[in-house]
This record gives sequence, C-alpha cells and structure tokens, in this order.
Amino acid sequence: MERKTMTMTPHSPARTIVLAALGALVAAAASAAPAPNPVTPELIEAAKKEGSVVFYTAMDVEVGAKLGTAFEAKYPGISAQVERSGAERIFQRVAQEYASNIHAVDAIDSSDVAHLLYWKRQGMLAQYQPEDVPRWPQGARDADGYYAANRATLSVVGYNTKLVTPAEAPKSYADLLDPKWKGKIVKAHPGYSGNIMTATFELSRALGWDYFKKLGQQQIMQVQSSTEPPKKLALGERPLMFDGNEYNALLVKARGAPVAIVYPSEGTPLVSGSAGVMKDAPHPNAGRLFISFLFSREGQQLLVDMGQLRSFHPDVKEPADRIPLSSIKLLTADPAEQEKAVEEIKRRYAEYFGT
Amino acid sequence: MTVAAAPRRARLDASLPVLGVLALVLCVLVLLPLGWLLWYGFTDKTGAPTLANFARLATDRSFVGPFLSTIAIALGVATLSCVVATPLAWLVARTDMPGHRLVRLLVMASFVTPPFLGAIAWEILAAPNSGLLNQWYRALLGLDPYAHVFDIYTVEGLTFVMGCYAFPYVFVLVANALERIPAELEDASAILGGGRWHTFRRVSLPIVLPSLLAGALIAFLQAMTQFGAPAILALPAGFHVITTKIWSLFQFPPDPHLAAAASLPLLLLTLLLLRGQHWLLKGRGYTVIGGKSGPPRRIALGAWRWPAFLFALAIVALPVLLPYAALLKTAVVRTVSEPLTWSALTWRNFRFVFTEFSATRLALANTFILGVLSATMGTALALVVAFLAARRLLPGARLLGFLATAPAAIPGIVLGVGLFLAYTRPPFVLYGTLMILLLAFVTIELPAAYQQLQAALAGLHPELEEASRILGASRLTALRHITAPLLRSSVVATWCFIFIGAIRELSATIMLTTANTKLVSVIIYDLNESGDLGAISVLGISLLVLTFVTVAIANRLPTLGRGGTAP
Repeated sequence: MERKTMTMTPHSPARTIVLAALGALVAAAASAAPAPNPVTPELIEAAKKEGSVVFYTAMDVEVGAKLGTAFEAKYPGISAQVERSGAERIFQRVAQEYASNIHAVDAIDSSDVAHLLYWKRQGMLAQYQPEDVPRWPQGARDADGYYAANRATLSVVGYNTKLVTPAEAPKSYADLLDPKWKGKIVKAHPGYSGNIMTATFELSRALGWDYFKKLGQQQIMQVQSSTEPPKKLALGERPLMFDGNEYNALLVKARGAPVAIVYPSEGTPLVSGSAGVMKDAPHPNAGRLFISFLFSREGQQLLVDMGQLRSFHPDVKEPADRIPLSSIKLLTADPAEQEKAVEEIKRRYAEYFGT
Repeated sequence: MTVAAAPRRARLDASLPVLGVLALVLCVLVLLPLGWLLWYGFTDKTGAPTLANFARLATDRSFVGPFLSTIAIALGVATLSCVVATPLAWLVARTDMPGHRLVRLLVMASFVTPPFLGAIAWEILAAPNSGLLNQWYRALLGLDPYAHVFDIYTVEGLTFVMGCYAFPYVFVLVANALERIPAELEDASAILGGGRWHTFRRVSLPIVLPSLLAGALIAFLQAMTQFGAPAILALPAGFHVITTKIWSLFQFPPDPHLAAAASLPLLLLTLLLLRGQHWLLKGRGYTVIGGKSGPPRRIALGAWRWPAFLFALAIVALPVLLPYAALLKTAVVRTVSEPLTWSALTWRNFRFVFTEFSATRLALANTFILGVLSATMGTALALVVAFLAARRLLPGARLLGFLATAPAAIPGIVLGVGLFLAYTRPPFVLYGTLMILLLAFVTIELPAAYQQLQAALAGLHPELEEASRILGASRLTALRHITAPLLRSSVVATWCFIFIGAIRELSATIMLTTANTKLVSVIIYDLNESGDLGAISVLGISLLVLTFVTVAIANRLPTLGRGGTAP
C-alpha cells in the first residue's frame, strides 16, 4: 500500500483511529511476540549497578532532557545521558560507531521508522517489550517486540498570527503555492529530519512530486530539524511554515508565541517515532529500565503533557484543549515502502530545492 | 642530566632516536589519513579501482554548483578581509589614533570568536524578518512587516560573516609588517625627495605586500575550507558550499568514496595556492638589514584622529561588539525579539543549560581538556621540530620541517574525512575517543605553530646552546634549559594560538565526535539544528569566557609567559 488517506468520524475515540490508521500498515504477522517484560526489582537493582543510561533521541532537546530528568527522579542513582540530534544524524552516528565497534548507546529513538527496521534487520536491537506495549495498536509496535512507537506527532502547516490573519491564512497545501507566499515560507529538510523524511514521503504520494517542484519555486527558507520551523515562526522570521512538528508548535504557542496551526485539507502527515534497546548496550539493564519508563503510562503522559506529543498508550489522558486525532484527516506511510523511497526523495529534493 | 663530566661523544646523543620517532609521528599524522583519502577517492563500494567518483563530481550539477559558490565566496572573503584589515592595521600600527590598543584587543577577540558562533549571532542580528537590526530599521522608519535592509541568508551575507572572522589573519600579518618598516628607510626616501605617496608606493608597500598576499591566501583558504558558518547560513539560503556537501554525503546512506573524492579538489587547490604563493614571493622577501633599527614613526592624524577611531570601532563592532551584545541579550530574555525590559528577563536559558541539559558539563570539560592537551602537545612538537630544522642538526631535519608544514594544505573537513577513514579500523581504532580529536587538532594547528616558533628561533643565536653543549648537556637539555626559556613569549603565543584553534574548530570535529567525546562546538551546532537560540547563547558565552580566561592565565603565569603577549 503506497498511499493511505482517511477521514475519521468525529465521534470515534482517538485510539481506535490510530489503530485503524497504523494497524493496517504493518503486515499483521501472526508470529508470536515475546512475552512482555515487567519492571522487576531485580531489573532496577541491576540498572542501579550500571549507574547510567545513554539515550540517543530525535525528540526536541528540551522534551528529551525533561524525560531524562524525570527518569533520574524516579530511579535515583541512575543518570540519564540524553543525546539529541536529527534522526538522520543519529542514524549516521550509530552506523559510524558500530563500524568502529563502539557501543555507546543503550536506548534509541528515531522519528524515521525505517531506521528501526534497518537496525532490527542488522540484528542491532534487543528483543524487549515493555509491559504496556502489547496494548498498543498493532501498527504502532513491532510484531516481534523489537521496537514500538513511543510517540507520534503531526507535520503541520502553521502561520504567525501577527503577520497573517486567519482569513488570509492557507487552508491547504495547494494554497501554499500562491505567488503571494513567495519568500515567506520556512521548511525543514528530509535529509536531516526523520519526521520530514516521513512527511515528505507521505506528501509525495498524496500530492505528487510535481507539487514539490512548484514549491521549490517559492524561495523556501530551508532549515534542518522539524523542531525548528515552529521556532522560526515564533520569532517572526517567516510568516508561514510548510512543515514542522505539531508538538513544537503547540509548545511555543503555550509559551505565548503568536503561532497558529493549520491541518491542511489534503490531509496532515502523521509521523510516529519509535524506540528500542540496543542488543550490545553498554548498560543493558538501565537501557531496558529506561525504555520501560518511556513506554509506561507515566512516561507517556509526561510526553503528552510536557511535550505535547501524541501517545499510543490507551490510558493516557488527552489534554482538553488539543484537537483529537480523530477529527484530523491523516496521511500515513508504510515504513517498508518509505525505506525504499529514501534515495529518490533525497535526489528529488536536492533537485527542486537546491539543498 | 647528571653526566656533565662525561666526554661528550662517549654516550649516545638522544637526538637521533628523537628525530626518528618524530619523523615517524609526523608521517603517521599526515600520510595515513591522506593515504586513505586517496584510496577511497579512487575506489568504489566494492573496493575496485574507479574514476566514476570524479566523473560524477564533474558532471552532477549538485556538486559543480557548490564548488563554484565555494570559490566565489572564498574570493569575496579574501578581498573583503584585505580591504578592511589593511587600513585598520595601518591605523593601529602607524598612526597616533587614540585607543589603538583597544582596537587591537577587539581584533584579537574576533580571532578568538568561533565563526559558527558569529554566524548564529548574525542570524539573530540580521535575519531578514526577525533580525534585531531589521526590526529596529522597520520601527525607526515605520515600515511594513517584511521590509528589511539586511538578509544574512544570502551568498553576500555568508561572505560577510566569514570575512568578519577571517580578517584578523590579514590584520596581524600586515600590522606586523608595517611595524617592521624602520623609520630610517622612509626618512631616506623623503630626504631623496620622495613625497608621502611616493614613499608609500615605493618603500612601504613593497615591504608590506608579501604579508598582505600571505594574509589574503590564509583568508581564502579559511573561507574555502570552513564548515561552521556555511552550515548555519547556507542551508536557509538554499545553497551548498563544498564542505556542507561533503558533510551531507555522510548522511544515510553514507557514501565515503564520493566524499573522499570531493575532498581531493580542495586539497589540490590548496596545494596549488601554497605553491603559487611561494612562487610569487620568491626573491621578493625584503630583509630589513639590521633588524629593528628604530621604532616606526607614528603618523600624526591631526583632526582625523577621532574620526579614525570611530571608523576602527565601527569595523570591530561587526565581528565582536554587535554579535556579543546579541548573544548576551538572547541568553537573558525569553524570545529575542522582545524589548529588553526587567519583565522580559529570565534565567530559563541558564537553568536549562546548566541543570537540565545533560551534555553541558561533559562538553565543557572535554573542550577544555582537549584545548589544553592539543596546545601543549602541539607546541612541544612544533618546538622540537622547529629547533631541529632551524639548527640543521642532522641531515633530513629539513624534511621534518616540510612534514610539519604539510598539513597546511589539508582542509579541516578533508582531514576529518581522512582521520575518520584512517582511525575507524585496525591497527588504530581511535574513533570515539578524545585521542582522535587530539590528533586532528595537533595536525591542523601544527603548520602555524611550527612557523611561529621557527621564526622565533631564527632570531636566537645558537652560541648559547653551543655553550651548554660544551658543558656536556645533551641537545634536548640545551633545548629545555636554554632555548625554550628564551622563546618564552613565542611559546606562550603559540600555545594560545593552538588552544584558540581547538576551540574554534568544527569542520574536522563534526566528523569525529561521538556522544562521549562531545565538544561545546558540536553541541552548539546540534542545538542550532533545532533552533534553540537561548541555549546556544548561554553555551557560546560560556565558551568565550573559558577561552578568554585560559588565554589570560597562560599569559600571566610567571614561569611561562612573563612579558608574553596573546597571539
């Protein structure tokens, strides 16, 4: 399945939607998933002996850092080293480190599911399923229990409310091609950001490459990470953003920045980030404990409340002031198809945008 | 050594083995990464020899473009540096302009400032819409929201920022040359009837010209091989330079073969330029016989004294005063576009960097340790090589000098690629350790360190060393007890130079760091990727404070640098 758009009925609960949206994506392999692993006192004890955990993540730096601090508070005596960079850079760094036999990372998170697929195939991930993960929708977790989606966000369009009125604001991707927005749009880069790689894949299927060719004529301001466009929008550096994380946009908005979010009429790319434990983790127990914390209701609620991310945990409470996924038309991607398209996306992107 | 009474030839002088080991170390430092680079450039993924990499470089538009823009920008930076630095150097070195010490100090501050930090500060100042300067401009003239005077996200903007941090090289060389012109020479010309302009053209200029050319070349090479400022400014502007393009080849799926091939033209061009400089200056070095015969006379500017000072201040405001002010403001407010009022002030950025962000402490410690180690090892290595080469103690000593200068031809990112290829495999698996960064920094800074110390040694009479040798001291003892102390101020200057270089470095660093060997420069780069300007400002200020304090201490240590000067 290459392209999948769907509209949800406003009344169905968000988790059912997510299940429907993602569930169909991964072949419902009936292979027996491993038994879930509860957090035992022995695990905590062993993790404390190791003393620290190294977490490579593509999450926003502040959200990642706060997750680390919360983990340290819950398990005193284990320090969490959170290393944030773009998903593609994390991928590159891990490849370099493993080629040199350096095993520095315990737990890993990427916004490009293709990376997790690759690591699993290379035998770099450990089979470890935290207690709550079996309750995840099927499409949001690996059937063999190597990784699962620890977070999701949308790649949204946005505008600065000081510079653009709601009436003139774009309602669709097609609106962004209007010549009046030339030189006014900021956009992140699929070569650096896993979120944008996924979103670009979904949009190229939904809108066609011709759309991007035209977008390339709009004098886009190109930044790297999908966390950055909302910040540039908040500064007023550009009045519009083509793509960027919904959670960052909500965060800067909560801080009082004049930012408004648009869920385009063609559909909004849903991007999930997945995480797992490395097989050759230097702190295997601390790594497992960290992943268990990340996927626990507590960890997930933290990401939702403090980080404005979307969660697949069935018990997580959705903030009242947020538009539920159920009322948003979503675009989703098949990770396997996406992995095959990476080269083409990069090539076309360099051609249309010059970077 | 306690064997002072023993006859000199009775025991083996340590020089020979030392020379051998040194030559070996230098060879490994320089030749191993270059060897891998060549090997990768001329092979494909299966290891079969091929020229396909180069064919792709020459035909693929996404490579040809970056090559051309790199050269255009580097030419722009070199020109800009000369145009700005020459009058400034003249004002500081040869006129009675007030505050010339202050101006010199601020030029040094711009040398100390890492270009990537300067680039981020200039984003804060001159981004077309959110830039502070553009905001003031709009507010002042009551213009509509998108009006702007500056756009830093352009080829011109990038050239300007790189020029800001490259012109100190030209400044130092030209100012030193201007100071070396003895007043007598200019007097002689005046007495013989030469007017001021004639004297300048026929006497002063020819003496200064080689330094100006050398400075222009350094500025060109700096601009061509720099990664930091382009990585920050070129992407939003929608173009690549060659260093950012090479860097992008290490993204998934990485293509080290193409990256190695793309590095080789940089190497070749650098070699050609260095040869060209050598050829241009051959037989043109003016030796001012008799050395410093008299201090250069300062020309009285009269009514132009204060305008001159304001001009100089305006120039140093661009690389130092404005960017530092922008970083300070960003560090203490919530959003940088807010006006600076009491209610806008916040400790949030400091709290985040020093309490929540887990990378800070490790990166600061790594940066400091690495800076001190590179500076110490680099200075020691350069000193010994310069000593052996200058005194020509053994045949082959000059070859050592050549090897020590050779890394000048290797751009940082090329060296980064080479070191990565060389030290991620047996027998030397150093990737992931501070050691590989140490190797990179020592290699990158060695040529400049060697040249500084060699120049200093050339001014020292060997008689003193000979005296101690007659008394039975070995060459190394003589070096340690006699020569080194006499070179004190040069040694301190070299040490500081390498330390600052290590702090500023990003192009090789970015290829070679891992989670446990993070440096402040790399976390600033990572934070910039996600647009966290507040945290960047706090880290940048910390980095600058660390550098200034270290350099100040190095210059004040009584045993090391009495009377020494910062580079």
